[in-house]
Amino acid sequence: MKWTLIVKTAIRDSRKDRSKLLLFMSSIILGVAALVAINSFNDNLVRDIETQSKSLLGADMTVGGNKPIPDLLIASLDSLTSEHSSEVELFSMSYLPSKQESQFVRLKGLTGSFPYYGKLITEPVSAATSYETGRYALVDDGMMIQYGLDVGDSIKLGAITFPIHGRLMNAFGSMDAGTSFAPSVYISGEQMLATELIQPGSLVNYKNYYKIDSDIDLDEWKKERRTQFRNESMRITTIEDQRENLQEAFSNLNNFLNIVALISLLLACIGVASSVLIYVKTKVQSIAILRCLGMKGEEAFMVYFLQIFVLGALSVILGVAIGSIIQVILPIVLKGFLPYEVKMTISSSAIIKGLLMGMLSTTLFALGPLLGVRNISPLKTLRISDDPVKADPLRWLIYVLIVLSIAGFLYSLSGSFIDSGIFTLAILAAFLILFGVAKLVTWCVRKFFPRNASFVFRQGLSNLYRPNNQTQTLIVSIGLGTGILTLLFILQGLILGNVEDMGAGNQPNMIVFGIETDQKDEMEKITKSFDMPVTQHVPVVTMELSGWQGRSKKAWMQDTSRTARRWAMNREARVSYREEMSPDDELIEGSYTGVYNEGDSIMISLDQRYADGLNVEIGDELIWNVQGTIIKTYVGSIRKINFRKMESRFFILFPTGVLEAAPQFMILVTKSPNKQVTADFRNTVVKSMPNASVIDLGSILATLNDIITKVSYVIKFMAGFSILIGLIVLISSLFLSKYQRIRESVLLRTLGAVENKIYKINAVEYAALGILSALTGIVLAVVGSYLLAKFVFELDYNLSWWPILGIFVFIVALTVLIGLWNSRDVVKRSPLEILRNV
Amino acid sequence: MILEAKEIFKTYKGLNKDLTVLDNINFQVFKGEILAIVGPSGSGKTTLLGLCAGLDNPTSGTLNLVEEPISIMSENEKAEIRNQKVGFIFQNFQLLPTLTALENVMIPLELQGRAKGAREKAKDLLERVGLGGRHHHYPSQLSGGEQQRVSLARAFSNDPEILFADEPTGNLDEETGLIVENLLFDLNKEKQTTLVIVTHDLELANKTDRIIKLKGGKIVSDQSIQSASIV
Ligand SMILES: Nc1ncnc2c1ncn2[C@@H]1O[C@H](COP(=O)(O)OP(=O)(O)OP(=O)(O)O)[C@@H](O)[C@H]1O
Ligand SMILES: [Mg+2]
Repeated sequence: MKWTLIVKTAIRDSRKDRSKLLLFMSSIILGVAALVAINSFNDNLVRDIETQSKSLLGADMTVGGNKPIPDLLIASLDSLTSEHSSEVELFSMSYLPSKQESQFVRLKGLTGSFPYYGKLITEPVSAATSYETGRYALVDDGMMIQYGLDVGDSIKLGAITFPIHGRLMNAFGSMDAGTSFAPSVYISGEQMLATELIQPGSLVNYKNYYKIDSDIDLDEWKKERRTQFRNESMRITTIEDQRENLQEAFSNLNNFLNIVALISLLLACIGVASSVLIYVKTKVQSIAILRCLGMKGEEAFMVYFLQIFVLGALSVILGVAIGSIIQVILPIVLKGFLPYEVKMTISSSAIIKGLLMGMLSTTLFALGPLLGVRNISPLKTLRISDDPVKADPLRWLIYVLIVLSIAGFLYSLSGSFIDSGIFTLAILAAFLILFGVAKLVTWCVRKFFPRNASFVFRQGLSNLYRPNNQTQTLIVSIGLGTGILTLLFILQGLILGNVEDMGAGNQPNMIVFGIETDQKDEMEKITKSFDMPVTQHVPVVTMELSGWQGRSKKAWMQDTSRTARRWAMNREARVSYREEMSPDDELIEGSYTGVYNEGDSIMISLDQRYADGLNVEIGDELIWNVQGTIIKTYVGSIRKINFRKMESRFFILFPTGVLEAAPQFMILVTKSPNKQVTADFRNTVVKSMPNASVIDLGSILATLNDIITKVSYVIKFMAGFSILIGLIVLISSLFLSKYQRIRESVLLRTLGAVENKIYKINAVEYAALGILSALTGIVLAVVGSYLLAKFVFELDYNLSWWPILGIFVFIVALTVLIGLWNSRDVVKRSPLEILRNV
Repeated sequence: MILEAKEIFKTYKGLNKDLTVLDNINFQVFKGEILAIVGPSGSGKTTLLGLCAGLDNPTSGTLNLVEEPISIMSENEKAEIRNQKVGFIFQNFQLLPTLTALENVMIPLELQGRAKGAREKAKDLLERVGLGGRHHHYPSQLSGGEQQRVSLARAFSNDPEILFADEPTGNLDEETGLIVENLLFDLNKEKQTTLVIVTHDLELANKTDRIIKLKGGKIVSDQSIQSASIV
């Protein structure tokens, strides 16, 4: 090959067509910029949200048990981290001298700078740090309101009376509501000893909070040491464990962002392919001349490949640069709009991904149309024809490579062969359907041509099938564009609805424990008198597992081959009974038995994870010790609990008719509108039933809500961003379509068609294209989003048709308007100039 | 013998039936000859020219161009021959719109890998066709006659052994056409090239040595110019 000549020709040839190539470049620049920006915005936001979710735990990891952490483990932990705080926790009666009242409290003695994430919020603010400097106590705000306490009052804990140094406004720890039966009081670890509450035999929990700076995979670390810790009866909790409630929000967010990344890349690729296709078309004549003068097919191909490749590479680099700039500028620009502050760092993985994917997709998608260059016949110099460029058999190789790289990209996102395979097939199917529709349209218009329609109408319609028509290109690109926009729109709505459903606004925020069965009616009356809903009011019976399949728990525990997990076996079971399953739960296996009749076997229902933990199956026998009474049951059904609901969830459900006589209490779940009502309600409840305790979940919910807000924001932002790219690619491919029709339009004009006619002819053509492709795109999007919602996001599907109708009208209008704009360009320019240039 | 056509058929597949455009064409062209192909519109002149120049393949028959069997050669081999030994002039000029006049003329030389001296040679040729001052103009900045003169310069730039011209003056007015005609014959004489011209213009045809008449895809007469001019 004559490389110098090829390079020279490539440079010379590009000189006068920079404007056409500009459009090609812009779709790459935009696509890559979007990819980089989305990826690094993701990285940043996801990290931010993760940090936020750490503030629920206050640390990266906690280790604890009911004895001080053994030195052996301390050593292994110290190698992992530089910083930790320790906590000693016990439950104790406190005495309030000024009110002459006692209250059962959860007392925590803290040493170190816990929390590492989030803040201890107190009133006054300074109390959060200064309480550790001496003999001070921080007391739960709810309790202070309940007893009318003020900062400066006293609280007696064990042997010591502490001045109340501040109100404790928030709480850390598990979101499992059941763990906090009593209000919290914080003192420093040193003072804990002084209270003399830690006596041999007293129930004390020791816990260390760790902050991990290195990038170590904590769950991996934890897995390796599980037995070591288990032998010492120590429990490790990591952020991952903590995230149970947020998991659904997170996995949906991740999936959504992956889809957005894929979509913006695909959009860029459509832009590349359609602009190169049209570029090659404008070059056919030049290529024919070069071929006629003796240039070989491969050399002609190289000339244009070189152009596209170099400009493509430049655009990719430019796109990466712009993408990186966007992520630096965006937070500054959006500062006022963002509901929170985002710390942006340039993500190198996003940049590398952008470079690689940008180059790969530009090259592959440009190669498709470029390959045809090799087959442009020199005969075109003798006979100007608009025959389509002959397709090259090598293009199948390119198609295969494209499909493989899409699959590869998807695999890098999802990590699953099956998922990426299914997705790739779905994308292929969408393409094929659009091609099919395009073919069908040209066929139908030809077959059922309205011969009696007006000239303008006939002319416009026949443009759809005449040689050199743009039906296929435009139907595929408008259809795909519309489809993607609609898909994003629908998905965003579905996911937002689901995520916001978890927000504090819709969640109950108060739980009352310890209600006696005979107080049930009174409790409901009180709740209603506060205008608060009774979200849940159910009995709770505590029991312990004592056997499985005829073996005692003890024998079972000692069996080294056992697969059941210790936590599942040892858990103190809080069991409820009801006739019907909660509508939020999902039955996975077996059938739910609601009522027990004398003589039946007792069929119980287990949560899926709990059943997995015990490794039991439908029909297995489980023996329970209900405060001394032994009850034999069988696993009748396995449910999946909806963890998005802040209600009490029961791993184990009995049918009615078994536990009614067992010692039990009731739990009531409700929602208070504000703090004052919470305090009043608490006062009323505690006065009329001293045995009950009221737990306010408000502060934990506030943190949760914060996270939900962020997740929603990310989803909205990303969807908006990629909808924007979609529009730009769509618009630019429409603008590019001008070059295809330019000669016809000019000729028509030379033949004396009035401006008005040209406008109308083009309007008919573009309207037909717009309507058909938007329709196809929307149908594809509805089907696609239904499948995604069902199989990826596992959401209920619902659709509002009005916005979709809006999208349809918008796309058709946009198509027609740009079509008209394109013809304006033809009408306004001198025909001479165009004829000479063509 | 520089060009030889033996039993050439060319048919195009039609919707209902095939269309035979060239029907058993036989002729030979010798080195240095100047030949005109004439005939009514649609008689197959352009098709024949395309075949002879190796731009297209016959449906059947043999074509030898500069002693090479081009009807059985690959596209790349034919491209090589076109580049080394053949020149072209088209009715609609066919200059590369993105190259300047000078670059258009240089292209065949550069394709031969003769970058050295190409510029000088191209400049000389442009001078020769009277466009010395227009080196850096683009085709869109030149008149039709000027464009055709550039394409003349380009056609001769690789010192072809045979030159094909399809209606070289078809798009030009009489006066300009004459200028181009004269340039073509002068250059041809200088370079001793074989020339095959397709034309409607009888006056132009009469300036050649030999006229082949086509009608309905068949050669109806093949005469040297003395007898042809009598008709
Ligand atoms: N690609 C094609 N498909 C079908 N028929 C073709 C094709 N190309 C040329 N023809 C037919 O071949 C015949 C000869 O065409 P050709 O261009 O060679 O005629 P011509 O003698 O050059 O005419 P003119 O003097 O008008 O240029 C015509 O009837 C034309 O319709
Ligand atoms: Mg012709």
